Amino acid sequence: MKISQETHTSHISQRFNEELEEIRSQLLEMGGLVEQQVKDAVHSLVEGDTHLASEVKKKDKKVNLLQVEIDEVCTHILARRQPAASDLRLVLAVIRATSDLERIGDEASKIAKATLRLAEEGSSPRGYIEARHLGSHVRQMVQDALNAFARFDTAQALAVLREDDTVDLEYRSATRALITFMMEDPRSISQVMNIMWVLRSLERVGDHASNLAEYVIYLVEGEDVRYTKPEKIEKVVMHQDELEPPQLGQSSEDEGESKE
Amino acid sequence: MNTSAQPRTHGMNMGDLNRDAASAELSLSQETPCISTRDMSLYYGESKALKNITMDIPKNRVTAFIGPSGCGKSTLLRSFNRMNDLIDGVSITGEVNIDGQNIYDRRVDVADLRRRVGMVFQKPNPFPKSIYENVAYGLRIQGINNRRILDEAVEWALKSAAIWDETKDRLHESALGMSGGQQQRLVIARTIAVKPEILLLDEPASALDPISTLKIEELIHDLKDRFSIVIVTHNMQQAARVSDYTAFMYLGELIEYDNTDTLFTNPSKKQTEDYITGRYG
Repeated sequence: MKISQETHTSHISQRFNEELEEIRSQLLEMGGLVEQQVKDAVHSLVEGDTHLASEVKKKDKKVNLLQVEIDEVCTHILARRQPAASDLRLVLAVIRATSDLERIGDEASKIAKATLRLAEEGSSPRGYIEARHLGSHVRQMVQDALNAFARFDTAQALAVLREDDTVDLEYRSATRALITFMMEDPRSISQVMNIMWVLRSLERVGDHASNLAEYVIYLVEGEDVRYTKPEKIEKVVMHQDELEPPQLGQSSEDEGESKE
Repeated sequence: MNTSAQPRTHGMNMGDLNRDAASAELSLSQETPCISTRDMSLYYGESKALKNITMDIPKNRVTAFIGPSGCGKSTLLRSFNRMNDLIDGVSITGEVNIDGQNIYDRRVDVADLRRRVGMVFQKPNPFPKSIYENVAYGLRIQGINNRRILDEAVEWALKSAAIWDETKDRLHESALGMSGGQQQRLVIARTIAVKPEILLLDEPASALDPISTLKIEELIHDLKDRFSIVIVTHNMQQAARVSDYTAFMYLGELIEYDNTDTLFTNPSKKQTEDYITGRYG
């Protein structure tokens, strides 16, 4: 059954409502922090701001801590409430999402380290435009995926999934451009390789954002769409998905069809 | 649909892997029915307690009925061996077929039906007799008095009910001296001693402590190879633990009936979702 944003606040147990609300809002808080980390990391790179880069590295610890905290609350909910149906899917989706967010945090931290390395080498800003562009693109994906989570919005989740293809294209074309730089000027190789790693990190952020979007679809629709072809995901979201007929024996009311 | 069974863990075929997993799930459409109700309604006087129930209970599986009090789940269970006949003012329309025969047909021998469809109730109800005589009771009623046959049957039933080790040295002591959980397993032994095809369990563990409850659940799991089991329970986690299929009933209607995994992770009806997640509808 498809669920909506209000579903999680109508339990008979008010405390259960609060617990579910808590993991949801904590996840969004963690998401907000991670998104800012990506933004700051890319900014520090483009502007050569080593101070900001160190900040990003430091804040990654907070991201890690949040993951542990949220997972712990989820564990308690599983142990004490034995959630079912959409509640169970919410808890599972949150656990999975924290792990992807934490990984996004790691990528941001890697970018910040690249900033520091590049600053030490005192090299000229080559490939920064590509990094900035890709960075703002994937940051937007993370933001959209989180918004989709907050609003149980599968249409937006689907949009994020589609966006990932564009990110992959951009990544490939940026890589090609950087390879050209390196061929033209082998002395730039070590610097450009750093930027390559940054682009690679950003591309990974896009992948994690896509994972988040998949969890939103799982949460709302009850369909696990990981490792699923885009067309099929689209069907799930658009509800053209009578792929397999419902395996109900019979329902005495509306369905009416009798099997055998 | 991809039916290949080789596990695939890498590369591009993950989509197929996903689908293989899905197709391995239990599906009602692939089961052999042992009880089939057709448009069955039951009235207590004027009030309609069961509303046009059409469902197939699969053979050699555990099917659980869940739903709030008064939804008709016990009434439905009792209608499978005509226990409702004992209540005044009950009338039934539609069919309940077991082995292709409508059990509400006038030619049906109710005593024989109840031998084929055994029932265990919420409160353990051993007879005030010895453990041995409790289990042998049904066989004696059938006129079996041969000591050797009875001994074998009693041992088989007690072993099947996973209570042999606890009772073998005290077979001739009173059954009333046993603990509640033991009594309930003894009652199950008594029920299966007459080799029924179907076992109806009406809240079999709700008067028991958690450990005895788990023993009953384990027993249910062991017994399903030999019997088709239908269980009514208030405890949703219990339904989720023991059953292959779950039917959710509400106000006398069968709202949703599906394999237990699906029903508890992604039910298709809002009423089911609200009930199993503890929301107000």
